[in-house]
Amino acid sequence: MENRGKFGQFGGQFVPETLMAALGELEQAYNVARGDEGYQSQYREVLKNYVGRPTLLYHAEKLSLNLGGAKILLKREDLNHTGAHKINNALGQAILAKRMGKKRIVAETGAGQHGVAAATAAALFGLDCVVYMGEEDMSRQALNVFRMKMLGAEVFPVVSGSKTLKDATNEAIRDWVTNVRTTFYLIGSAVGPHPYPTMVRELQSVIGTEARQQVLDSEGRLPDVLIACVGGGSNAIGMFHPFLKDPVRCIGVEAAGHGLETQSHAATLTKGSPGVLHGAMSYLLQDDDGQIAPVHSISAGLDYPGVGPEHAHLKESGRVEYVSVTDQEALDAFALLTREEGIIPALESAHALAYTAKLAPTLTPETTLLVCLSGRGDKDVEAVARLTGVNLS
Amino acid sequence: MNGLVKTMSELRAGNRKALIPFITGGYPDMEMTESFLTVLVESGADVIELGIPFSDPLADGPVLQAAATEALAGGTTPNQIFAAAARFREKYDTPLVFLVYYNMVFHRGLDVFCQNAAKAGISALVVPDLPFEEAENLDQAAEAAGLVNIRLLSPTTSDERLEKICKSAAGFIYCVAVTGVTGERAQMDSGITSLLTRAKKYTDVPLALGFGISTSAQAKVAAESADAVIVGSALTKIINESKPHNHLHAVEEFVRSLRSAIDGGEKYAG
Repeated sequence: MENRGKFGQFGGQFVPETLMAALGELEQAYNVARGDEGYQSQYREVLKNYVGRPTLLYHAEKLSLNLGGAKILLKREDLNHTGAHKINNALGQAILAKRMGKKRIVAETGAGQHGVAAATAAALFGLDCVVYMGEEDMSRQALNVFRMKMLGAEVFPVVSGSKTLKDATNEAIRDWVTNVRTTFYLIGSAVGPHPYPTMVRELQSVIGTEARQQVLDSEGRLPDVLIACVGGGSNAIGMFHPFLKDPVRCIGVEAAGHGLETQSHAATLTKGSPGVLHGAMSYLLQDDDGQIAPVHSISAGLDYPGVGPEHAHLKESGRVEYVSVTDQEALDAFALLTREEGIIPALESAHALAYTAKLAPTLTPETTLLVCLSGRGDKDVEAVARLTGVNLS
Repeated sequence: MNGLVKTMSELRAGNRKALIPFITGGYPDMEMTESFLTVLVESGADVIELGIPFSDPLADGPVLQAAATEALAGGTTPNQIFAAAARFREKYDTPLVFLVYYNMVFHRGLDVFCQNAAKAGISALVVPDLPFEEAENLDQAAEAAGLVNIRLLSPTTSDERLEKICKSAAGFIYCVAVTGVTGERAQMDSGITSLLTRAKKYTDVPLALGFGISTSAQAKVAAESADAVIVGSALTKIINESKPHNHLHAVEEFVRSLRSAIDGGEKYAG
């Protein structure tokens, strides 16, 4: 594992002193677990028989034809149990929590996808589960709140700050500081203090490892381009990491919200600067004094002013390109995939598809584009109806 | 000599326990902050901890979060707080310590921030989200500017780390009295007595207890085992619960009661 979790100048452990012992305990437990066949086989077993892995690699032939250019392959993380890649990470951490003898997990959630995944993992492994969710997000995602409660989780509304994911993360960390002796913090993305970014990346790397082999099997060679959306960046780092030593172009797509020229976006790597939030040095959207800036994306999962530290490093090293698409472009891509392929993508994943729609026509049919379809869009149907002026009631 | 280091050693020589009240800069507004600083000195503060409000104060409980949010909503900036500190310094020698989250220091630039702070008459920084292992760069910048970067300990700090932290400390060591965020508690963490005992094995630097100390009775107990007592959330709550025209009086009364409690019950004459 990386030295104290540094990725170049990024990463590290910027947390209150009370948590340092817990991070040390976590790092040690994870280091043992990752090399332990018992842990690994239990993780593989739940991925196979509970999550439904490996997920499919699907050739989106009609979409490719419609866009007129590259051959588009979709890595179908939307087919996972609970509907997104989040479950890969939640189960891996829940098994670890159990091994560490922790009885209670806390988690933060934006749209509720990670909250649902954490509550699911807690139900499966018999752990108490507390989820922090911004009050604003709770009203936007009432169905997911109910889902978490049905799964046995307690959902606490967060009323501080902007009442969204950033504030829910603050509150989850505050809970962890307070209950550190009994509680495991089950973080939802490749963010936070070391060892979280590395651990989450390793748990999500199943996406890229599977996809790499699947593309080799079906195409007889590696893909040319990878595309994934980036909020905190867990599906992207899981997809990219197994390809980083290969001659494969990697593109992370951020949320440009109402446009990069406005203040209403969440394009952290495109428009942000280095700083420290939620325990790690990374890129942030912030003002001249270093106050964290309010952000906006149509997708609650991308609506975050920070990003995983390894992405910050991959940006600065130039290994991964980071681009952005607007709310409207994501909505258009949402409609495009739904109509062309009969697959309703999550609004997060629609950002990756929107950039695919821009890039594919500029490439030849011999070029293979592998897109991470990180989640399904059932959770977004209501929001899309509202945004496109359809009255469901 | 650094003003905080000097004051803390004078207090020890005089066998007096330090009272360190905390207020959030810009709460409820900058003008009131400047008046509070004066009142705190006159009510018996030995050192004042002045918070620079941050948008995401993850070590703080609800009371100080709300104060920071309101200060920021009122337009409070670090520059205003630097200016207020500098004006205070023209009138008083009482050391000022900044409580500031790391991103605000980092974003300004470690050297620039420390130089600005030193110029404003600040003696030390408490950075609650910067553990010892990440502190090297700020330590250097602080030292170059003549500031102390205050070390923190908590009941969960391991012996191995505690030794290193104590040995690099100056001014005082901020001992976090609870596992948790700032805010009032009915009782201290059970590990706190052993924390103070453990720390004393490695250091002569004064030990300050903070987080959760909310009443005179708790301050008195804290002062029996520690060299200094830090009171933040409870003081902010006193501000919240008094009418604006009565803020100064309420603060004065509360701080005097803390003073007399830690001095062993004798009334503080000012």
